[in-house]
Amino acid sequence: MVEFALPKNSRITGGKTWPKPAGATDVREFRVYRWNPDDGKNPSVDTYYVDTHDCGPMVLDGLIWIKNNIDPSLTFRRSCREGVCGSCAMNIDGQNTLACTRSMHDVKDGAVKINPLPHQPVVKDLVPDLTNFYAQYASVEPWLKTTSPTPQKEWRQSHEDREKLDGLYECILCACCSTSCPSYWWNSDRYLGPAALLQANRWVSDSRDEATGERLDNLEDPFRLYRCHTIMNCAKACPKGLNPAEAIAELKLKMVERQI
Amino acid sequence: MSTADTPKRSMRTPLGRVRNLGAAHSGTSDFWRQRLTAVAMVLLMIPVIVVIMMLLGRNQAYAKQILGSLPIAIIMVLFIIASAWHMKIGMQVVIEDYVHNEKLKLASIMLNNFFSIAVALASIYAILQLSSGV
Repeated sequence: MVEFALPKNSRITGGKTWPKPAGATDVREFRVYRWNPDDGKNPSVDTYYVDTHDCGPMVLDGLIWIKNNIDPSLTFRRSCREGVCGSCAMNIDGQNTLACTRSMHDVKDGAVKINPLPHQPVVKDLVPDLTNFYAQYASVEPWLKTTSPTPQKEWRQSHEDREKLDGLYECILCACCSTSCPSYWWNSDRYLGPAALLQANRWVSDSRDEATGERLDNLEDPFRLYRCHTIMNCAKACPKGLNPAEAIAELKLKMVERQI
Repeated sequence: MSTADTPKRSMRTPLGRVRNLGAAHSGTSDFWRQRLTAVAMVLLMIPVIVVIMMLLGRNQAYAKQILGSLPIAIIMVLFIIASAWHMKIGMQVVIEDYVHNEKLKLASIMLNNFFSIAVALASIYAILQLSSGV
Protein backbone atom coordinates (compact mmCIF):
# COMPACT_ATOMS: atom_id res chain seq x y z
CA MET A 1 0.00 0.00 0.00
CA VAL A 2 0.88 3.63 -0.29
CA GLU A 3 2.76 4.90 2.76
CA PHE A 4 0.80 7.71 4.35
CA ALA A 5 3.13 8.19 7.33
CA LEU A 6 6.78 9.15 7.19
CA PRO A 7 9.25 6.31 7.69
CA LYS A 8 10.76 6.21 11.20
CA ASN A 9 14.07 7.70 10.12
CA SER A 10 12.33 10.64 8.40
CA ARG A 11 10.25 11.81 11.38
CA ILE A 12 11.14 15.29 12.55
CA THR A 13 12.56 15.52 16.06
CA GLY A 14 13.44 18.66 18.01
CA GLY A 15 15.80 21.20 16.53
CA LYS A 16 18.17 23.92 17.61
CA THR A 17 17.16 27.53 18.24
CA TRP A 18 20.00 29.82 17.21
CA PRO A 19 20.52 33.08 19.14
CA LYS A 20 19.04 36.31 17.80
CA PRO A 21 21.56 38.52 15.99
CA ALA A 22 23.08 41.04 18.40
CA GLY A 23 21.94 44.62 17.90
CA ALA A 24 19.23 43.79 15.37
CA THR A 25 16.09 45.89 15.77
CA ASP A 26 13.83 44.02 13.37
CA VAL A 27 14.16 40.24 13.12
CA ARG A 28 12.18 37.61 11.25
CA GLU A 29 11.92 34.07 12.52
CA PHE A 30 12.87 31.30 10.06
CA ARG A 31 12.13 27.64 10.82
CA VAL A 32 14.18 25.51 8.49
CA TYR A 33 14.22 21.75 7.91
CA ARG A 34 17.64 20.25 8.59
CA TRP A 35 18.91 16.79 7.80
CA ASN A 36 22.49 15.66 7.56
CA PRO A 37 23.14 12.29 5.89
CA ASP A 38 26.39 11.90 7.82
CA ASP A 39 25.33 12.18 11.47
CA GLY A 40 22.78 9.34 11.53
CA LYS A 41 20.18 11.52 13.26
CA ASN A 42 16.56 12.13 12.30
CA PRO A 43 15.63 15.40 10.58
CA SER A 44 14.99 18.45 12.75
CA VAL A 45 13.67 21.98 12.35
CA ASP A 46 16.12 24.69 13.35
CA THR A 47 14.97 28.18 14.32
CA TYR A 48 16.94 31.19 13.10
CA TYR A 49 16.39 34.94 13.44
CA VAL A 50 17.19 37.03 10.37
CA ASP A 51 18.06 40.72 10.65
CA THR A 52 15.66 42.10 8.03
CA HIS A 53 17.50 45.46 7.92
CA ASP A 54 20.66 43.69 6.83
CA CYS A 55 19.16 41.45 4.15
CA GLY A 56 17.08 41.53 0.97
CA PRO A 57 13.31 41.01 0.95
CA MET A 58 13.07 37.51 -0.51
CA VAL A 59 13.07 34.20 1.37
CA LEU A 60 16.24 33.25 -0.53
CA ASP A 61 17.90 36.44 0.74
CA GLY A 62 17.03 35.29 4.26
CA LEU A 63 18.53 31.84 3.69
CA ILE A 64 21.72 33.32 2.24
CA TRP A 65 21.90 35.72 5.21
CA ILE A 66 21.61 32.77 7.61
CA LYS A 67 24.31 30.86 5.74
CA ASN A 68 26.64 33.88 5.71
CA ASN A 69 26.03 35.11 9.25
CA ILE A 70 24.76 32.30 11.46
CA ASP A 71 25.18 28.76 10.16
CA PRO A 72 27.42 28.03 7.15
CA SER A 73 26.36 24.36 7.21
CA LEU A 74 22.81 25.20 6.02
CA THR A 75 22.51 23.61 2.59
CA PHE A 76 20.26 24.65 -0.29
CA ARG A 77 20.43 25.10 -4.07
CA ARG A 78 20.36 28.55 -5.62
CA SER A 79 21.73 30.23 -8.69
CA CYS A 80 20.00 33.01 -10.65
CA ARG A 81 18.00 34.59 -7.77
CA GLU A 82 15.40 35.86 -10.26
CA GLY A 83 13.05 32.97 -11.02
CA VAL A 84 14.75 31.77 -14.18
CA CYS A 85 16.86 28.77 -13.16
CA GLY A 86 14.44 26.91 -10.87
CA SER A 87 17.21 25.82 -8.48
CA CYS A 88 15.80 27.23 -5.24
CA ALA A 89 12.42 25.44 -5.39
CA MET A 90 11.33 24.52 -1.87
CA ASN A 91 8.25 24.33 0.30
CA ILE A 92 7.72 27.73 1.93
CA ASP A 93 4.85 28.13 4.38
CA GLY A 94 3.19 24.99 3.01
CA GLN A 95 3.46 25.95 -0.65
CA ASN A 96 6.00 24.74 -3.19
CA THR A 97 7.59 27.80 -4.75
CA LEU A 98 10.86 29.50 -5.58
CA ALA A 99 12.63 31.05 -2.59
CA CYS A 100 13.99 33.81 -4.83
CA THR A 101 10.61 35.11 -5.98
CA ARG A 102 8.69 34.68 -2.69
CA SER A 103 8.95 37.71 -0.45
CA MET A 104 9.36 36.89 3.24
CA HIS A 105 6.86 39.68 3.92
CA ASP A 106 4.18 37.78 1.94
CA VAL A 107 4.49 34.93 4.43
CA LYS A 108 1.92 35.77 7.08
CA ASP A 109 1.49 34.14 10.42
CA GLY A 110 4.78 34.53 12.24
CA ALA A 111 7.70 32.34 11.27
CA VAL A 112 8.80 31.58 7.72
CA LYS A 113 8.58 27.78 7.62
CA ILE A 114 10.84 26.16 5.03
CA ASN A 115 10.97 22.49 4.04
CA PRO A 116 12.45 20.67 1.05
CA LEU A 117 10.14 19.82 -1.86
CA PRO A 118 7.74 17.14 -0.55
CA HIS A 119 7.99 13.41 -1.13
CA GLN A 120 11.44 13.34 -2.69
CA PRO A 121 14.47 11.69 -1.14
CA VAL A 122 16.53 14.38 0.62
CA VAL A 123 20.23 14.75 -0.17
CA LYS A 124 20.85 17.26 2.63
CA ASP A 125 18.76 19.97 4.35
CA LEU A 126 16.72 21.67 1.58
CA VAL A 127 18.28 19.76 -1.33
CA PRO A 128 15.99 17.07 -2.78
CA ASP A 129 17.22 14.26 -5.03
CA LEU A 130 15.56 15.00 -8.37
CA THR A 131 17.23 12.16 -10.33
CA ASN A 132 13.90 10.47 -11.09
CA PHE A 133 12.30 13.81 -12.04
CA TYR A 134 15.06 14.59 -14.55
CA ALA A 135 14.97 11.04 -15.97
CA GLN A 136 11.22 11.46 -16.52
CA TYR A 137 11.92 14.69 -18.40
CA ALA A 138 14.52 12.87 -20.52
CA SER A 139 11.99 10.10 -21.22
CA VAL A 140 9.71 12.51 -23.13
CA GLU A 141 12.65 13.19 -25.49
CA PRO A 142 12.47 16.97 -25.27
CA TRP A 143 14.01 17.84 -28.62
CA LEU A 144 12.78 18.43 -32.16
CA LYS A 145 12.34 15.15 -34.04
CA THR A 146 12.05 15.25 -37.82
CA THR A 147 12.43 12.92 -40.76
CA SER A 148 12.08 15.46 -43.59
CA PRO A 149 15.39 16.66 -45.03
CA THR A 150 16.81 19.41 -42.84
CA PRO A 151 16.18 22.80 -44.47
CA GLN A 152 19.15 24.96 -45.42
CA LYS A 153 18.08 27.58 -42.89
CA GLU A 154 15.79 27.06 -39.89
CA TRP A 155 12.63 24.95 -39.55
CA ARG A 156 9.92 27.51 -40.22
CA GLN A 157 6.87 28.09 -38.05
CA SER A 158 3.93 30.49 -38.46
CA HIS A 159 3.20 33.06 -35.77
CA GLU A 160 -0.05 31.23 -34.97
CA ASP A 161 1.75 27.92 -34.48
CA ARG A 162 4.41 29.58 -32.36
CA GLU A 163 1.69 31.00 -30.12
CA LYS A 164 0.55 27.46 -29.35
CA LEU A 165 3.78 27.01 -27.36
CA ASP A 166 3.01 29.95 -25.08
CA GLY A 167 2.25 28.71 -21.60
CA LEU A 168 4.40 25.63 -22.24
CA TYR A 169 7.88 26.78 -23.21
CA GLU A 170 8.26 28.95 -20.09
CA CYS A 171 8.59 25.92 -17.78
CA ILE A 172 11.91 26.03 -15.89
CA LEU A 173 11.70 22.47 -14.49
CA CYS A 174 11.83 23.58 -10.86
CA ALA A 175 9.69 20.54 -9.84
CA CYS A 176 7.27 22.63 -7.73
CA CYS A 177 4.30 21.20 -9.63
CA SER A 178 5.24 17.53 -9.71
CA THR A 179 6.17 17.44 -6.02
CA SER A 180 2.87 19.12 -5.08
CA CYS A 181 0.81 16.42 -6.83
CA PRO A 182 -0.60 13.65 -4.60
CA SER A 183 -0.81 11.34 -7.59
CA TYR A 184 2.91 11.92 -8.13
CA TRP A 185 3.58 11.26 -4.44
CA TRP A 186 1.93 7.86 -4.61
CA ASN A 187 3.13 6.77 -8.05
CA SER A 188 6.20 8.78 -9.04
CA ASP A 189 7.88 5.58 -10.22
CA ARG A 190 5.32 5.18 -13.02
CA TYR A 191 3.43 8.48 -13.36
CA LEU A 192 5.47 11.06 -15.30
CA GLY A 193 4.07 13.97 -13.29
CA PRO A 194 2.85 17.42 -14.35
CA ALA A 195 6.23 18.90 -15.30
CA ALA A 196 7.30 16.11 -17.66
CA LEU A 197 3.79 15.95 -19.16
CA LEU A 198 3.66 19.72 -19.73
CA GLN A 199 7.02 19.40 -21.48
CA ALA A 200 5.69 16.43 -23.48
CA ASN A 201 2.76 18.57 -24.60
CA ARG A 202 5.19 21.35 -25.52
CA TRP A 203 6.73 18.99 -28.14
CA VAL A 204 3.42 17.40 -29.15
CA SER A 205 2.10 20.93 -29.81
CA ASP A 206 5.15 22.04 -31.81
CA SER A 207 4.16 22.41 -35.49
CA ARG A 208 7.75 21.69 -36.59
CA ASP A 209 7.90 18.31 -34.88
CA GLU A 210 7.21 15.23 -37.00
CA ALA A 211 7.01 12.62 -34.24
CA THR A 212 3.69 13.63 -32.66
CA GLY A 213 2.12 10.16 -32.99
CA GLU A 214 5.22 8.47 -31.63
CA ARG A 215 5.24 10.89 -28.69
CA LEU A 216 1.57 10.16 -27.94
CA ASP A 217 2.26 6.39 -28.21
CA ASN A 218 4.98 6.79 -25.60
CA LEU A 219 2.56 8.53 -23.22
CA GLU A 220 -0.51 6.36 -23.74
CA ASP A 221 -0.41 4.41 -20.52
CA PRO A 222 -2.69 4.09 -17.49
CA PHE A 223 0.18 5.26 -15.28
CA ARG A 224 2.41 7.55 -17.34
CA LEU A 225 -0.45 9.89 -18.30
CA TYR A 226 -3.74 8.76 -16.82
CA ARG A 227 -2.66 9.00 -13.15
CA CYS A 228 -3.53 12.69 -13.49
CA HIS A 229 -6.88 13.11 -11.72
CA THR A 230 -7.10 16.87 -12.30
CA ILE A 231 -6.30 17.68 -8.67
CA MET A 232 -4.87 21.03 -9.90
CA ASN A 233 -2.21 21.40 -7.18
CA CYS A 234 0.28 21.75 -10.05
CA ALA A 235 -1.39 24.87 -11.44
CA LYS A 236 -1.65 26.34 -7.94
CA ALA A 237 2.00 25.69 -7.17
CA CYS A 238 3.64 26.79 -10.45
CA PRO A 239 5.79 29.85 -9.65
CA LYS A 240 5.76 30.80 -13.34
CA GLY A 241 1.95 30.91 -13.46
CA LEU A 242 1.68 28.01 -15.91
CA ASN A 243 -1.10 25.42 -15.95
CA PRO A 244 0.28 21.87 -16.25
CA ALA A 245 -3.20 20.41 -15.58
CA GLU A 246 -4.48 22.11 -18.73
CA ALA A 247 -1.51 20.79 -20.71
CA ILE A 248 -2.28 17.26 -19.49
CA ALA A 249 -5.97 17.71 -20.41
CA GLU A 250 -4.84 18.71 -23.92
CA LEU A 251 -2.78 15.53 -24.16
CA LYS A 252 -5.77 13.42 -23.08
CA LEU A 253 -7.94 15.19 -25.65
CA LYS A 254 -5.43 14.40 -28.39
CA MET A 255 -5.42 10.75 -27.27
CA VAL A 256 -9.21 10.61 -27.62
CA GLU A 257 -9.12 12.59 -30.87
CA ARG A 258 -6.90 10.04 -32.60
CA GLN A 259 -9.13 7.16 -31.52
CA ILE A 260 -12.62 8.50 -32.13
CA MET B 1 8.36 8.45 -1.60
CA SER B 2 7.42 4.81 -1.43
CA THR B 3 10.25 3.71 -3.70
CA ALA B 4 12.82 5.90 -1.96
CA ASP B 5 15.34 3.15 -1.40
CA THR B 6 14.75 1.17 -4.57
CA PRO B 7 17.29 3.21 -6.58
CA LYS B 8 19.94 2.44 -3.97
CA ARG B 9 19.41 -1.30 -4.35
CA SER B 10 19.28 -1.24 -8.14
CA MET B 11 22.16 -0.37 -10.45
CA ARG B 12 19.77 0.37 -13.31
CA THR B 13 20.05 3.85 -14.82
CA PRO B 14 17.34 6.38 -13.87
CA LEU B 15 16.14 6.54 -17.49
CA GLY B 16 15.99 2.75 -17.66
CA ARG B 17 13.86 2.73 -14.52
CA VAL B 18 11.50 5.39 -15.91
CA ARG B 19 11.11 3.61 -19.27
CA ASN B 20 10.74 0.29 -17.45
CA LEU B 21 8.44 -2.04 -19.45
CA GLY B 22 7.40 0.69 -21.90
CA ALA B 23 4.03 2.31 -22.47
CA ALA B 24 0.98 0.04 -22.25
CA HIS B 25 -0.61 1.80 -25.27
CA SER B 26 -3.93 1.67 -23.43
CA GLY B 27 -5.86 3.72 -20.94
CA THR B 28 -7.60 6.02 -23.40
CA SER B 29 -10.55 3.62 -23.77
CA ASP B 30 -11.13 3.57 -20.02
CA PHE B 31 -10.68 7.35 -19.87
CA TRP B 32 -13.27 7.82 -22.63
CA ARG B 33 -15.72 5.27 -21.22
CA GLN B 34 -15.54 6.87 -17.79
CA ARG B 35 -16.66 10.18 -19.32
CA LEU B 36 -19.22 8.45 -21.57
CA THR B 37 -20.86 6.66 -18.64
CA ALA B 38 -20.73 9.84 -16.54
CA VAL B 39 -22.64 11.81 -19.18
CA ALA B 40 -25.06 8.89 -19.65
CA MET B 41 -25.76 8.84 -15.91
CA VAL B 42 -26.37 12.61 -15.83
CA LEU B 43 -28.95 12.21 -18.61
CA LEU B 44 -30.56 9.11 -17.08
CA MET B 45 -30.56 10.43 -13.51
CA ILE B 46 -33.79 12.47 -13.78
CA PRO B 47 -36.01 9.72 -15.30
CA VAL B 48 -34.53 7.18 -12.85
CA ILE B 49 -35.33 9.43 -9.86
CA VAL B 50 -38.88 9.93 -11.20
CA VAL B 51 -39.36 6.15 -11.52
CA ILE B 52 -38.00 5.57 -8.01
CA MET B 53 -40.34 8.26 -6.62
CA MET B 54 -43.24 6.55 -8.36
CA LEU B 55 -42.27 3.21 -6.80
CA LEU B 56 -41.85 4.51 -3.24
CA GLY B 57 -44.32 2.93 -0.87
CA ARG B 58 -46.06 0.94 -3.61
CA ASN B 59 -46.60 -2.81 -3.66
CA GLN B 60 -44.99 -5.34 -5.99
CA ALA B 61 -47.95 -5.46 -8.35
CA TYR B 62 -47.68 -1.71 -8.96
CA ALA B 63 -43.90 -2.02 -9.43
CA LYS B 64 -44.50 -4.71 -12.05
CA GLN B 65 -46.98 -2.46 -13.79
CA ILE B 66 -44.54 0.50 -13.90
CA LEU B 67 -41.51 -1.54 -14.93
CA GLY B 68 -43.64 -3.43 -17.45
CA SER B 69 -43.46 -0.32 -19.59
CA LEU B 70 -40.71 -0.92 -22.17
CA PRO B 71 -39.21 2.61 -22.15
CA ILE B 72 -39.01 2.62 -18.34
CA ALA B 73 -37.40 -0.83 -18.24
CA ILE B 74 -34.87 0.25 -20.89
CA ILE B 75 -34.02 3.42 -18.95
CA MET B 76 -33.48 1.41 -15.76
CA VAL B 77 -31.30 -1.19 -17.49
CA LEU B 78 -29.24 1.50 -19.23
CA PHE B 79 -28.73 3.25 -15.90
CA ILE B 80 -27.54 0.02 -14.31
CA ILE B 81 -25.08 -0.64 -17.15
CA ALA B 82 -23.72 2.93 -17.07
CA SER B 83 -23.37 3.08 -13.30
CA ALA B 84 -21.85 -0.41 -12.91
CA TRP B 85 -19.34 0.31 -15.67
CA HIS B 86 -18.50 3.70 -14.15
CA MET B 87 -18.12 2.10 -10.73
CA LYS B 88 -15.79 -0.57 -12.13
CA ILE B 89 -13.50 1.95 -13.87
CA GLY B 90 -13.52 4.36 -10.91
CA MET B 91 -12.69 1.66 -8.39
CA GLN B 92 -9.91 0.33 -10.61
CA VAL B 93 -8.33 3.80 -10.69
CA VAL B 94 -8.44 3.95 -6.88
CA ILE B 95 -6.85 0.49 -6.61
CA GLU B 96 -4.11 1.40 -9.09
CA ASP B 97 -3.44 4.61 -7.16
CA TYR B 98 -3.06 3.11 -3.72
CA VAL B 99 -2.33 -0.64 -3.94
CA HIS B 100 1.31 -1.08 -4.93
CA ASN B 101 1.80 -4.78 -4.19
CA GLU B 102 1.49 -6.39 -7.65
CA LYS B 103 -0.24 -9.60 -6.50
CA LEU B 104 -2.66 -7.77 -4.22
CA LYS B 105 -3.35 -5.27 -7.00
CA LEU B 106 -4.18 -8.01 -9.54
CA ALA B 107 -6.42 -9.79 -7.01
CA SER B 108 -8.20 -6.52 -6.12
CA ILE B 109 -8.78 -5.62 -9.76
CA MET B 110 -10.10 -9.11 -10.42
CA LEU B 111 -12.50 -8.89 -7.45
CA ASN B 112 -13.57 -5.43 -8.58
CA ASN B 113 -14.48 -6.82 -12.01
CA PHE B 114 -16.35 -9.77 -10.53
CA PHE B 115 -18.24 -7.54 -8.09
CA SER B 116 -19.24 -4.97 -10.74
CA ILE B 117 -20.42 -7.63 -13.19
CA ALA B 118 -22.33 -9.51 -10.46
CA VAL B 119 -24.06 -6.34 -9.22
CA ALA B 120 -24.96 -5.32 -12.77
CA LEU B 121 -26.32 -8.75 -13.74
CA ALA B 122 -28.30 -9.18 -10.51
CA SER B 123 -29.85 -5.71 -10.93
CA ILE B 124 -30.67 -6.26 -14.59
CA TYR B 125 -32.18 -9.65 -13.78
CA ALA B 126 -34.39 -8.07 -11.12
CA ILE B 127 -35.62 -5.38 -13.53
CA LEU B 128 -36.31 -7.91 -16.27
CA GLN B 129 -38.13 -10.23 -13.89
CA LEU B 130 -40.35 -7.41 -12.65
CA SER B 131 -40.95 -5.94 -16.10
CA SER B 132 -41.73 -9.26 -17.79
CA GLY B 133 -43.97 -10.28 -14.92
CA VAL B 134 -42.24 -13.66 -14.49
